[in-house]
Amino acid sequence: MSGGNRKPYSAPDEAGHFGEFGGRFVAETLTHALDELTELYENLSTDEAFRQRFEHDLAHYVGRPTPLYEARRLTSEIGGARIFLKREDLNHTGAHKINNTVGQALLAERMGKRRVIAETGAGQHGVATATVAARLGFDCCVYMGEEDVRRQALNVYRMKLLGAEVVPVSSGSRTLKDAMNEAMRDWVTNVDDTHYIIGSVAGPHPYPALVRDFQSVIGREAKEQSLEQCGRIPDLLIACVGGGSNAMGLFFPFVDDEGVDLIGVEAAGLGIETGRHAAPLNAGRPGVLHGSRSYLMDDEDGQIRETHSISAGLDYPGVGPEHSYWKDIGRANYVSVTDEQAVEAFRLLNRTEGIMPALESSHAVAYAAIEALRRDNDEIIVVNLSGRGDKDIQTIADMDGIQI
Amino acid sequence: MSRIGSRLETYKDAGKTALVSFVTAGDPSVATTVPALHALVRGGVDILELGVPFSDPEAEGPAIQKSSERALANGVDLVAVLEMVCDFRRTDANTPVLLMGYYNSLLRLGHERFAKVAVEAGVDGVIIVNLPPEEAMGIQPAFAAVDLDLVFLIAPTTTETRARSIVSVANGFIYYVSLKGVTGAQQMEVEGVRKEVLRVQSYTELPVMVGFGVKDAQDVRRIAKYADGVVVGSALVRTMDALQNSVLEIPDALEAQVKELRDAIDESDRDTHQ
Repeated sequence: MSGGNRKPYSAPDEAGHFGEFGGRFVAETLTHALDELTELYENLSTDEAFRQRFEHDLAHYVGRPTPLYEARRLTSEIGGARIFLKREDLNHTGAHKINNTVGQALLAERMGKRRVIAETGAGQHGVATATVAARLGFDCCVYMGEEDVRRQALNVYRMKLLGAEVVPVSSGSRTLKDAMNEAMRDWVTNVDDTHYIIGSVAGPHPYPALVRDFQSVIGREAKEQSLEQCGRIPDLLIACVGGGSNAMGLFFPFVDDEGVDLIGVEAAGLGIETGRHAAPLNAGRPGVLHGSRSYLMDDEDGQIRETHSISAGLDYPGVGPEHSYWKDIGRANYVSVTDEQAVEAFRLLNRTEGIMPALESSHAVAYAAIEALRRDNDEIIVVNLSGRGDKDIQTIADMDGIQI
Repeated sequence: MSRIGSRLETYKDAGKTALVSFVTAGDPSVATTVPALHALVRGGVDILELGVPFSDPEAEGPAIQKSSERALANGVDLVAVLEMVCDFRRTDANTPVLLMGYYNSLLRLGHERFAKVAVEAGVDGVIIVNLPPEEAMGIQPAFAAVDLDLVFLIAPTTTETRARSIVSVANGFIYYVSLKGVTGAQQMEVEGVRKEVLRVQSYTELPVMVGFGVKDAQDVRRIAKYADGVVVGSALVRTMDALQNSVLEIPDALEAQVKELRDAIDESDRDTHQ
């Protein structure tokens, strides 16, 4: 089943390159901090005490393991392959984001940095960062585009209740990419006492690998649970891809299992053909943004284009470099799903399983419905249900013309 | 040797400190840029840096961010920037011009093509803020082939081992970032910068220019005592911002502003050599 004669997967290389992607494209001031972080992380990756502390926190604070749940009513409604949901929505704070922030907070503590900063789009990563900061008594500052502050008022207030400062970013397109620019500017300025908790498998080396490793708990559990429940590992894994951390977290532990298909689902927004989407792997090209080389959405002059998705968490013009690599080597396929299809899947899962997925995760559910039909009844699909949908109720209600 | 190298060599021999200016191409209007560049030279600037506007200028403070946004709103792309350099070269064949920007802007043309058209337009060197030497291996041959300088930065956080390896691959000059922060920030520690710059000078023949957070004649005077050159950017961009609605006054205002900086440098150079 696994491996054969092939060499086990080992990317990235020492400089953080995944093939031609990744690397470290940053202002010189940050290089030292990134070197320090890389060194610490390499040392800790073999540190048993650190691993135990991380796992302890995941179990007792985050509430792991999360269930692998067979969605029987969904499966029978669609027909075809068996669909299982990896319930990351049941984590503390309601999404997979906390796996990474718990890990990075421990890194910050080791480095003696008592201030953490983060960028956030929908607010889930901001909330997850504010949460771990509160728990460890760190100062916390979250950058969020002005446009997103308006769209995600609930999460803004949540972060404030957790003691974080939320800074609205009014430059550029006033969304996630601009929040990331502003977080980089803060970090450049306060690099001595501040750790930047990047929320996805994006950014300069070592972040893509580091975030992947913290999120890999998702895939490790799913593998074990699939073996327990089905006696074998799944045939197909599906996850939504914005920056790509939940997808990478689920996929990575299966990278050497050649029989397992991996499908990442990008946001097609109003449709790829309209240009109003957030699907760099489907409709972009390689370029350099936010510290690494990866697929991105830009114009003829190299200016980063504005994106559109109904889900704020996918509304980003770039993607983690390892996904770009996997696209090019063919290890994973990347497809896209429109706003409309995602909303339909949101409703379907509510109705058939009593589970309200985040609009981000709804993209994965929507594609699972398409793929399940193409596959035999005995095949196993695991969908990463990366977050819960409470934060999106307002968006859905607005579409239904209902005032809450 | 490029125009940058030969000019700085003359200066170094004469004990003169260079004045380097930064403005964003196409800010506040497309027509302002070339007259502004000439005015800067008249006021006493030795080397011109011209900012290539980018949608995501992550190392810039508010002044240059806004200038970049204004330029983009004016429809300025890389081709337009090169046209401005071409235009400037019609009446100034001597002043070195560097482009300063972000890597994605020139990736679209490709390394070779970019290097070729930049040199044809009259560009002497390029500073790519988010391209450290480790990632620059791909671009260096294209630049070397046409004698286009690739200028690297050294920051207060750069370790000595790393700084030594940076100077070994750099050409033109070394851009020393005088503070931990974005362009135009406030908190430069002059004494710390002095020590660091002297340290860098001790292991490279390349001139060391100091920039980020240099505001006025007083800053310039102090830096000129040890650095080979001083870079002023945000302060000039702010002047242009304030005159957005009376752009015809921009050249004179810039000329007067850099004249004051030039005088401060010359005064400092005289003191140093007495």
